[in-house]
Amino acid sequence: MIVSNSIIQVEHLSAAYQKNTVLTDINFEVKAGTLTSIVGPNGAGKSTLIKTMLALHPTLTGKVSFFGKSFEKAKKQIGYVPQRGSVDWDFPTNALDVVTMGLYGKIGFFRIPMKKDKQKAFEALEKMGMSAYANRQISQLSGGQQQRVFLARALVQEADLYFMDEPLAGVDASTEKAIMAILEELKKQGKTVMVVHHDLQTVPEYFDHVLFLNHTVYAHGTVEETFTDSNIIKTYGGNMSWLREGDKNVVHTTS
Amino acid sequence: MWSILLHSNTIWVMLSTTILGIAAGVVGCLAYWKRQNLMSDALSHAALPGVVIAFLIIGEKNLLILVIGAAATSLVGALLIQWVTTSSRITEDTAMGIVLSVFYGFGVMLLSIANRSAGGNQSGLNNFIYGQAAAMVRSDVITMIVLAGFVIFLIAVIFKEWKLYLFDAGFAQGLGRSIKGMNTLYTIILVITIVIGIQAVGVILMAAMLIIPAVSSRYWTHSFKSMIWLSGIFGGMAGALGTWISATGSGLPTGPFIVIVSAGLFLIALLFGKEKGLIIHVLQFKSQQKQFTVRKKEVS
Repeated sequence: MIVSNSIIQVEHLSAAYQKNTVLTDINFEVKAGTLTSIVGPNGAGKSTLIKTMLALHPTLTGKVSFFGKSFEKAKKQIGYVPQRGSVDWDFPTNALDVVTMGLYGKIGFFRIPMKKDKQKAFEALEKMGMSAYANRQISQLSGGQQQRVFLARALVQEADLYFMDEPLAGVDASTEKAIMAILEELKKQGKTVMVVHHDLQTVPEYFDHVLFLNHTVYAHGTVEETFTDSNIIKTYGGNMSWLREGDKNVVHTTS
Repeated sequence: MWSILLHSNTIWVMLSTTILGIAAGVVGCLAYWKRQNLMSDALSHAALPGVVIAFLIIGEKNLLILVIGAAATSLVGALLIQWVTTSSRITEDTAMGIVLSVFYGFGVMLLSIANRSAGGNQSGLNNFIYGQAAAMVRSDVITMIVLAGFVIFLIAVIFKEWKLYLFDAGFAQGLGRSIKGMNTLYTIILVITIVIGIQAVGVILMAAMLIIPAVSSRYWTHSFKSMIWLSGIFGGMAGALGTWISATGSGLPTGPFIVIVSAGLFLIALLFGKEKGLIIHVLQFKSQQKQFTVRKKEVS
């Protein structure tokens, strides 16, 4: 079952918050160079899955390995874009400074960022179309701009594997396009990206793999094979009637 | 008035409260962005029983020993707050409220026992409630300066890491930083600052030394670095001026005067602050209103 080019292996992973078990017996593997969306209803444990894999949330049982190594050994190769709402944007700092934080791992604990680090951070901002806002207070950025700053911070890490938690939530169309262009570019460079995603309609357009999650994995595979009506209904439960008629054109079903 | 200032002990005491003010102002910025202002209040109240217990054990007033006692109960308070919050349904602010009042009550009870014991009444332990900087001797001052300097050094040497930790601890962890380590370091720094301040300012008002300068500086700047600098300056000014005012009368407690000066600086910041001050706010609004009406007239 173990495929040689899987760079993420998750085996029997479970996690819980104080009373509720959020994830039970999660098993999946991700191949290098893929763009996977993690979809599922609210409270399905999508963010928790990412956080647990990245050791930001305690693991109850199970094992996660990256590039055949433990997280501890692989963490320099992993970039993480948390949800925008996870930080206090009133914090007194500017966009460039936040992006520079992505380099702190390389800079080291006791050393301060040099000019070349600032330059690198600025280039990442430029890539996200944010160079004009480098010295802008982060509190004065719009939601979409804040998201771009977060993405730029991940880009400077030059990781091989990225985890992004709802990067497209609450951003305008142009930011969505800019972010997806960057994800495509990362994919072209052979990097692997896993994205928690909330919008089922754009899954076939934006991603090549999909992972259906609702406390456990309901289906996982290529969008062509896996993104089916039956998997959506199985994962979300109830009636996802929007899929039935009019929207059929955006869903590539095999059934 | 100047003779008081020139009195050598007063200069020493002012020097120590100034450095204490700087350290508290700087550490206060960390507490401000950790959103734990009430924590400093709880921990300073929790220091009182430690002071009295240390005094009861050694039987004399040696600041270093008393400070160690204060740090011990203060840390116990911090651990208790953490334990109650994580292992029960009680929220953090409630846990802080419980620890604050219970430890302080216990401290006052021990204090009344200590005051009844031989020599206890003259020990000046009561000064730990409202603060009496003038009661400090040369060795106390040196202890304070060394510890305050140590705290400032710990913040300055890894300044960028503090910024990362306070802004986005989750991301810091992703970079391989130990958040537990930073939390521990933060608690140690906070407790050191509190315990060196309680003799000069008192356990009740110590939290104000940490909270007010940080809030004041927020009104003047949009940069974390300048905020820390300003907060240190405000804290130092409050420490020096407050001590000087209290030294002009006999037996005046130091803590309240430091806090009043600090509050004065806050009022100035609230009104005139460059970034969020009320007056700037009104002026900006007025000028925008004006521009708008001018534009409207041009159109019509």
